[in-house]
Amino acid sequence: MKELLETILSPAFGYAILRVTTPILFAGLGAAVTELAGVINIGMEGIMLTAALAGVVVGALCESAAAGLAAAVAAGVLMALVMAYFSLNLKTDIILAGIALNLMASGGTVFLLYVVAHDKGVSSSLASPVLPQVRIPVIDQIPVLGEILSNHNVMVYVALLSVLVVSYFLYRTPYGLRLRAVGENPDAADSVGISVHQVRYVALIISGILGGFGGAHLSMGYVSWFARDMTAGRGFIGIAAQALGGQTPIGTLLASLFFGMTDALSNFMHFIGIPSEFVQMLPYLATVLALALYARRQVTRRARLARVNRPVEAGTGAAAEGD
Amino acid sequence: MNGTTRTTDYLFQVYRTLIAVLLALALGFVITCFVSEMPLEAFGNFLLGPLTSVRRFGNVIEAAIPLVFTGLAVSIVFQASQFNIGAEGQFFMGAVAAVIVGIVLPLPGVIHVLVCLAAAMAAGALCGWIPGVLKARLGASELVSSLMLNYVYFRLGVYVINYHFRDKEAGALVSWPIRETSWLDQFLQPTRIHWGILVVAAAVVFVYLFLYRTRWGYALRMTGLNINFARYAGIGTASVIVYSQVLGGAIAGLGGAVEMLGIHRRFIWMMMPGYGWDGIIVAILARNNPLGVVLGALFLAYMRTGADIMARMTDVSAEMVTVIQGVMILLVTAQAFLAGWRHRIVVREATRRKEVPQSEGAA
Amino acid sequence: MDALLEMKRITKVYPNGVVANESVDFSVARGEIHALVGENGAGKTTLMKVLFGLERADEGEVFYKGEKVDITSPSVAISHGIGMVHQHFMLVPSLTVAENVVLGLEPRRGIFLDVKAAVRRTEELAEEYNLPVNAAARVEDIPVGMRQKVEILKALLRGAELLVLDEPTAVLTPQETVELFAALRNLRERGHTIIFISHKLREVKEISDRVTVMRNGRVVGVVRTAEATEADISRMMVGREVVFRVEKPPATPGRPVMRVEDLRLVADSGKEVLKGVSFTVRTGEILGVAGVEGNGQAELVEILTGLRQPSGGRVLVDGEDVTGADPGTIRRRGVSHIPEDRMTYGAAAQATIRENLIADRCWSKRFNPRVLMSLKAVAEHGEALVREYDIRTRSSATPVKMLSGGNIQKVVVARELSADPKVIVANQPNRGIDVGATEFIHRKLIEKRSSGVGILLVSADLNEVMTLSDRLLVLYGGEVVALFPDASEVTEEELGLYMLGVKRMTPEEMAGAEAAAAGGRAGPSDAEARSPAVGGGAR
Repeated sequence: MKELLETILSPAFGYAILRVTTPILFAGLGAAVTELAGVINIGMEGIMLTAALAGVVVGALCESAAAGLAAAVAAGVLMALVMAYFSLNLKTDIILAGIALNLMASGGTVFLLYVVAHDKGVSSSLASPVLPQVRIPVIDQIPVLGEILSNHNVMVYVALLSVLVVSYFLYRTPYGLRLRAVGENPDAADSVGISVHQVRYVALIISGILGGFGGAHLSMGYVSWFARDMTAGRGFIGIAAQALGGQTPIGTLLASLFFGMTDALSNFMHFIGIPSEFVQMLPYLATVLALALYARRQVTRRARLARVNRPVEAGTGAAAEGD
Repeated sequence: MNGTTRTTDYLFQVYRTLIAVLLALALGFVITCFVSEMPLEAFGNFLLGPLTSVRRFGNVIEAAIPLVFTGLAVSIVFQASQFNIGAEGQFFMGAVAAVIVGIVLPLPGVIHVLVCLAAAMAAGALCGWIPGVLKARLGASELVSSLMLNYVYFRLGVYVINYHFRDKEAGALVSWPIRETSWLDQFLQPTRIHWGILVVAAAVVFVYLFLYRTRWGYALRMTGLNINFARYAGIGTASVIVYSQVLGGAIAGLGGAVEMLGIHRRFIWMMMPGYGWDGIIVAILARNNPLGVVLGALFLAYMRTGADIMARMTDVSAEMVTVIQGVMILLVTAQAFLAGWRHRIVVREATRRKEVPQSEGAA
Repeated sequence: MDALLEMKRITKVYPNGVVANESVDFSVARGEIHALVGENGAGKTTLMKVLFGLERADEGEVFYKGEKVDITSPSVAISHGIGMVHQHFMLVPSLTVAENVVLGLEPRRGIFLDVKAAVRRTEELAEEYNLPVNAAARVEDIPVGMRQKVEILKALLRGAELLVLDEPTAVLTPQETVELFAALRNLRERGHTIIFISHKLREVKEISDRVTVMRNGRVVGVVRTAEATEADISRMMVGREVVFRVEKPPATPGRPVMRVEDLRLVADSGKEVLKGVSFTVRTGEILGVAGVEGNGQAELVEILTGLRQPSGGRVLVDGEDVTGADPGTIRRRGVSHIPEDRMTYGAAAQATIRENLIADRCWSKRFNPRVLMSLKAVAEHGEALVREYDIRTRSSATPVKMLSGGNIQKVVVARELSADPKVIVANQPNRGIDVGATEFIHRKLIEKRSSGVGILLVSADLNEVMTLSDRLLVLYGGEVVALFPDASEVTEEELGLYMLGVKRMTPEEMAGAEAAAAGGRAGPSDAEARSPAVGGGAR
């Protein structure tokens, strides 16, 4: 027990949390952006996985980490575009499109891996580059905080920065305003001349970029190779994080940290005899709990729209149901 | 309003599915050409491999069995318009429950099997119940809750097996083997086809009858088609929301048990096996029809087996099939796919029959 | 006259054959408030949809500021300076007033949204036009009247010179209506032109300069408001060719089977939607509820059928209190319902006819002799009803979505009427269906009435409600403003006056009329007539 407390309260633990949180945060931010535009991006998992492979393969081929990163982002955007095309143009249900994409990514990456590296499990035969670690000059002098915050892989800082950037984008730019309007009341946006289609495309592309970053971090920072299914559900955890965080960037950050913390914690749980699996369950249970608690108070999007725009029709118990 | 006849509509759907499948296969072939030295042989293995031996064809059947279960489970909830994607976790927990009963209880043959199956169904039902009741009482999204609970159940199952039933002598992280009395014997040498095939057949019949020949299935379908209408007609839609997910969970759990008792005979999954997601694919292909689920499952299993054969015999790895499947799902479910063609059919039919007088400026 | 807008010979026919506009000429002078009136179905909404680019006219031309324009979409209309405030708002609830107003035209500072400028611009506009709004408040937190102002500001920001307001007072409280009118007068002073769609003649008289009256898709007349009385306008609006007549044996009303007592409904916005409605439906009679849509009928029916909770009052079926009960319970007490929106509440389009027909009785022993459902019984039941109700289809196994509107309605009617109800609540039964189906359904309703069922017929179609009803009441502004014990003795003109708020009966008059009709009939009707609960609303 004592060892556990020592471990948890050590700066190294804080460092580990940030490290583990990063891919979840990228996924969560991407999912939040699309959710705010009215699109559920279940395909985040597949996006990140594809990006992770792309980063490794191109990075190795070009012997450049930067090239790898660019490829990862490009792959993420490409996957997102496929999703967008099928769901927005061909009218496939967005959730099914996401599931299909995940499936394709899961198998497709192993397939490509084998073609390129002649191994189905890991890409270690490839000499893939790693993104640099960064020391922050002033901060790393601070006793505890410095150890937690400094010397991370550059993508960790990109992730934290993304929270700010996405926040600013959503709440301080005209395009962000339009995006939120499209998600909440597409008819209203349409009536003032905003192309709902275009906005949703952009939202998906943004999530593709963020997912690309997440994938790059996984295979070029977190570890330095690609392994099959290495996203291990982080795409879905990201979706959970934005759900728990109420679709706001800050909320997503906090929820992602919570997920990261339990993930990091689970390695130490055996010290006090709690099976790590229970700790790993925590974030998911928390999400379900939050959902249950919020749902009670939260009026569905549709009812809210009705209450504001059709004030007489909408009434106690009258609104037509359906999500 | 609707210019087509029912038959035309149906035919169009069939053609469209066929074209989607062909397109996906064509894409697969193109990919094969790129990566293989012997594309024709490889693709030939993929397409025809399962037919070349009894054992291989048996593989198709064995692989199809769990897919039918999860396909049925997903079909049930989808027909109620509930987006519960928890089949994965329900299947898993069903397997866990069956294995535990299989290891622990000393019971005579048939009874042991039945008790295992019952335990699995109960476990799956409980797993499905939670998202259902959250939706019915609180309006909480069953999509998110079932997705999250998949992970909870997974961890729970892994914990139970690892901490209480782990076979420490075995090399890998597996459980004790289950007692032979709980086995579903494999009766069709040289394949591994087991008596679970009877269970799955019974499940198909049951689900079909339930959905189309009982009042509860009727209520479920009406709720799925138009919840306002159902509610207005006096159907207890809250209740439907719950029992559709409970039943789906039970069937998925049953599938997990059957797979355990028939094939593995000990718990071996330390990762989520993925049958739940496959079940969603099967349900989509089958358009949520129980009989179609059998075909869909066989189709999926055939492709997987063919891919395995191709991988073993040639230089193309099996995962290519997931790309084909992914493209297939995307195309099959794309409402607007070939919509232009459909529109032309509609117009042609309408003008031919002249049933609806079209005015000049009509859309 | 300096015509700002001229619409000439506009004709629009919908695919189902309905002639919404027939060679309509409509012109509006610059700087006036012009009212466009007509009953439901008169064509005024369609005309405005054509103006705003939401519909394409089949024939005719539109001239704006003297030039011919081709308005293909709302964006085009807006670019010409035409703005529309719809009855249902187009606002984004979680955004602020300012954000909603500038959406699409956001002021920027570099790449950022200039929130201060947005607020400032909104407040400037609000002050200029005397439309006070709280620019920084979220739209979901502000009252309805203010939300409407936001919609007007939206249009003004986009340079609307011509503003079309569709039934703007439908959602407002009387106080908010006063504010709106002040704002409209202000707009007129500033040179804007307003088209005001309404059926509330008192308001039309109060605010407009000229009135165009439409009826049956045609323009019946254009008058200067000052020169016409409400009664004049009402006469012009009301009255259509008799499309159908039904053979109706005299009514033999019996006991009261549904009683509504002092029903009240207040919307969240504070608007009183129902202000103390009371009436009784007896067995063997058809009580008609006439009124232009939007006067509380839809909400009344929702309360009666279990979809909405009233704020006060009671509903009794055969003496049992069913106020606030769920639809299933109310059904079991013997109430059937033909809904206004058949595709949302009346039927499941993808299901077959026979499946739709058993929705309310799927639990009965008749279809479930043991555990399994008897497909044979369902099929027989389906075929029998298809025959009885003359549903045009190859078989009862056809999906409902393949049927025409009229036949779908017949499926709904077949189910509801065959449920052996004590009371049938029929809401706009002939909406959107052909004459043949209408006649058939009416005949069926009369049959049921003759066999002792009580029917509450809510309809905005004067023809329908006058032909079918035995007794007739008029709902206006959430109150019963007229009660006619004998529907055959009312003229359309007179009915119109009540429907449009020109006249109203006092509670004494209504009670008196009831007593006179009840004279000679002993029993409950007498007690009713003397009780102050009959008819009208308290204030």
